[in-house]
Amino acid sequence: MIMPGQILRQEETMKKTASARQMALGAVGACALALPAFGAAQAADPIRIGVIAENSAISGIAITNGAMLAADEINAAGGINGRKVEIVDYDDHNSATDAVRAFQRAVNQDHVVAVIGSYMSEVALALEPWAARLHTPYITPGAASNEITRHVKDDYAHNKYTFHGYLTSTAIADANCDFSHDFLVEKLGMKTTVMLSEDAAWTKPLDEESKRCLPKAGLAILDSVRVSPDTTDFTPIFNKIEGQRPDVITTGISHVGVQPTVQWHSEQVPVPMSGISSQATTTSFWRDTNGATEGVIAQVVATPDVAITPKTIPYATAYFKRFGVTPAYTGYTTDDDVHIIAEAVGRAGSNDADKIVAEMEKTDYVGTIGRIAFYGQDSEFPHGLKYGADFVSGLMIQWQDGKQITVWPARIANGTLKFPSFIKLPTQHASAQ
Amino acid sequence: MRGLQILVDGFAISTLYALGAIGFSLIFGVSGVLNLAHGGIMVAAAVAAWYIAGPLGAGQYVGALAGVGCGIIAAFATYGLVVRPIQRSRAIPRDETEIFVLTATLLWGIMIQEAIAYFFTDSPITVRPLINGVVDIFGVRTPANEILTAAICWVSIGLLWLLVNRTRAGKTLLAASINPRGLTLLGFELSSVYLLVWAIYGVLAAIAGVLLAMFLGTSSNNIGVLTASAFSIVVLGGLGSVSGSLIAAYIIGYLETVTAYLISPTLRTIPSLLLLVLVVYLRPQGLFGRR
Repeated sequence: MIMPGQILRQEETMKKTASARQMALGAVGACALALPAFGAAQAADPIRIGVIAENSAISGIAITNGAMLAADEINAAGGINGRKVEIVDYDDHNSATDAVRAFQRAVNQDHVVAVIGSYMSEVALALEPWAARLHTPYITPGAASNEITRHVKDDYAHNKYTFHGYLTSTAIADANCDFSHDFLVEKLGMKTTVMLSEDAAWTKPLDEESKRCLPKAGLAILDSVRVSPDTTDFTPIFNKIEGQRPDVITTGISHVGVQPTVQWHSEQVPVPMSGISSQATTTSFWRDTNGATEGVIAQVVATPDVAITPKTIPYATAYFKRFGVTPAYTGYTTDDDVHIIAEAVGRAGSNDADKIVAEMEKTDYVGTIGRIAFYGQDSEFPHGLKYGADFVSGLMIQWQDGKQITVWPARIANGTLKFPSFIKLPTQHASAQ
Repeated sequence: MRGLQILVDGFAISTLYALGAIGFSLIFGVSGVLNLAHGGIMVAAAVAAWYIAGPLGAGQYVGALAGVGCGIIAAFATYGLVVRPIQRSRAIPRDETEIFVLTATLLWGIMIQEAIAYFFTDSPITVRPLINGVVDIFGVRTPANEILTAAICWVSIGLLWLLVNRTRAGKTLLAASINPRGLTLLGFELSSVYLLVWAIYGVLAAIAGVLLAMFLGTSSNNIGVLTASAFSIVVLGGLGSVSGSLIAAYIIGYLETVTAYLISPTLRTIPSLLLLVLVVYLRPQGLFGRR
């Protein structure tokens, strides 16, 4: 943006010398001077939101799809103060470099007011400094790493443009511990676990928090196994875990999912898998694993048939109607993020980034995954989603006969745990010994 | 107990590696083509098998057969659309044909990868196993399908051996790999030999692709790794030596399994890559190479 002051200075120099270069500068200045005339039409200008995602991944395309659907919904209702919402989407091919380039293009060429981007912590962390440099509000609908909000805390003045529209790894671990206590320990009498996590940015804080909260929940940790995300054969890993005789395997997996699930099933590993398994949250996971996911317990932010809020089911239905699949977790969060940004722009009454950020901080919006508000500047996770029963707590589902049955929390559960026949529960261990 | 587990697990993986690499080796031996779209053909067959068996609801047997069919089509497409036009082109100098084929098949592999990712996403999928259940082999719980997989692989390798050593077409193939010029002087049409070898290659690569996807799952992202693993097995065994590839597949398969069990699953591929570097350094023609 050229500031009025700069334009004046350029016009003054133009009077002194009239070289071709300065003539050109002057022309730019003159054009810029003409801009305020267009400003009057701003009320009808669309609110442009950039969307950066990996279109060939299930969790990635759900971001793009979710944004389109949200924009259409807002526009059908007349827009925000008469302004339509327009989505400009970019495919980042799961590459941080592509994502950064898309971010620059979104801001500099396509003049978006805010960017929604990526479910990968590694990519989100690459975009965060660009949100700061280009003064553009940025929200990730699916990354989990604690680093995202830590940067906001460490240097609020610079990094305040970044918002974390999904639970932090710490909150995810806490939710899983709460479930483990309520269900696995209290109801099934489990006492021990082995943690199985993939080696990635988001699982470091996850493991850290799990190591703290699982023993408190009543599960002693026998071992913590970290696997490379490109592991193909999990037989040696399950073999080792089975030898340690835990009551449950606490998972922290996202990039891997199909392979461990299929091998767990085909080798009939007698220990249940419970925890975070991002791929198991998508409804196509049953199809992708040919039903091997039967009995797997996974944490999700929403499912298509549980009314976490009055918006959840209608949204999932509309999504299914339009795209033929149910939304991945990022579909829900992106829908909420588009509304949050659009409403913040509406309240700010301008495209000014700082004003939009100030309004986004005041967010109190009932979305598809719960009541959404962000932690304040002085909290441990500034600009992170507030976690808790009154805000977003997520839920635990178990795959049963091709369906995701909600088993926790109790107030919205529509079924209870049921395991395949090859699983041995603690009570069965006792009777067998 | 652990030793037995390694023996069983390693055998299944090695046999699959062998089947994948043999076709790759054969095609190089006979026509001098290094097909860098190899992984693409394997994954195309696997994805077709998965899609036809699962979402289209044709069941696992029809799906697996149809997947193999699609793999053969993909192999012929690779030959007909990519390799042959380059070999026949007058615009490309003779001595540069190989490098053009190398580049073209590499790009073709990337095109297959992007197409699969576009139509089926790049999230991993598994092909439905042909049989369910587990078998107890001296205390090692082994999926029945894993045993069937190893059996199918060995039957395929056995049939290939019979074809090459006991039939006229096979002997022509062998002759072409030893001295193609001599074969043309005897009045044989090399192009029909090439068609045969690509057909055999298609069958082997497709079966390997479908079976591997039952065992470990597959994704368009695996294409590069699959090509690389076939390539390293073939280099280790000696370019163009089919029996060398077979032995090399077992060496790499067991080395990986032993590493995964005894050291760490994360380091699985490292020792075999070190071995490959060592072999290239000390014996560049490979363990059983002819030249």
